[in-house]
Amino acid sequence: MVLLLIAICGPLGDTFLSRGMAHLPLISLTHPLSLVAAIFNPWVAMGIALLIGFFTSYLTALSFADLTFVLPATAFGYVFIAVLARFWLHEPISLERWMGIVLITIGVGFVSQGSSFTERPATGDEAAPVENARAVGDETQA
Amino acid sequence: MMTSLSSAGLPVSHVGPWVATAMIGTIVVASTAGEVLIAAAMKFIGDLDKIRASAGLMGAIRAVLGSPLFFVGVSFLALNFFALLFALNHLNLSLVAPASASLTLVTNAIAAKIFLKENVDRRRWTAAVLVCIGVYLLAH
Repeated sequence: MVLLLIAICGPLGDTFLSRGMAHLPLISLTHPLSLVAAIFNPWVAMGIALLIGFFTSYLTALSFADLTFVLPATAFGYVFIAVLARFWLHEPISLERWMGIVLITIGVGFVSQGSSFTERPATGDEAAPVENARAVGDETQA
Repeated sequence: MMTSLSSAGLPVSHVGPWVATAMIGTIVVASTAGEVLIAAAMKFIGDLDKIRASAGLMGAIRAVLGSPLFFVGVSFLALNFFALLFALNHLNLSLVAPASASLTLVTNAIAAKIFLKENVDRRRWTAAVLVCIGVYLLAH
């Protein structure tokens, strides 16, 4: 569930920000206050809200899973955006991009078959977080 | 420095391959350092869901904001952001975005193995390389 939130909120937040900023007049460094005004643009505000959602989900995921598990799994967001662009915005997707989508999907499938957390032996009075070593299906598919 | 127009009609300066490599390299190094430091901070803090269950949302926020490692990581991500803006000012998005996103996946796997002692087995290497090529093809 957390990984799904990361994959959806991250790219969608970027897209909203990009759309909002592209529709604003050019902002000069001599008028930094106009950047503050940009926050009240509905697209930019939605983008920021989504990116806050992305970052909190990302931190939560890193607190229970390895970085080398979280990063490839969340790259699925690229696929999500490409498919959304194809079926919602009716943008054409080249053969090269379809190949990219297939490779990312296979890569995410690969990583999700393994454990999400590196087990470490208990040292001194620290207890090994054995319950964290989950076989990943339950984390990613939620 | 020569300039020409990008597909969007905006001026793009021509920089040499070494300068372009240095720009993308800075993005990749800053991003990898940021991700690894933040991952280390979150591992040190512990499972946020459990902290939230025992100390509430404010307790979880306090735990994250009280970690110096987290702030160093965020500083590197800020550096990564400004390096990206600088690179986009000189290079095309179609080069910078796929190159930095896909390279970061591989450098993160290497850094996570060395610094975080993560168990990067053959399965994770394969996934990192496949996703890396996939992101490049998709974003190029």
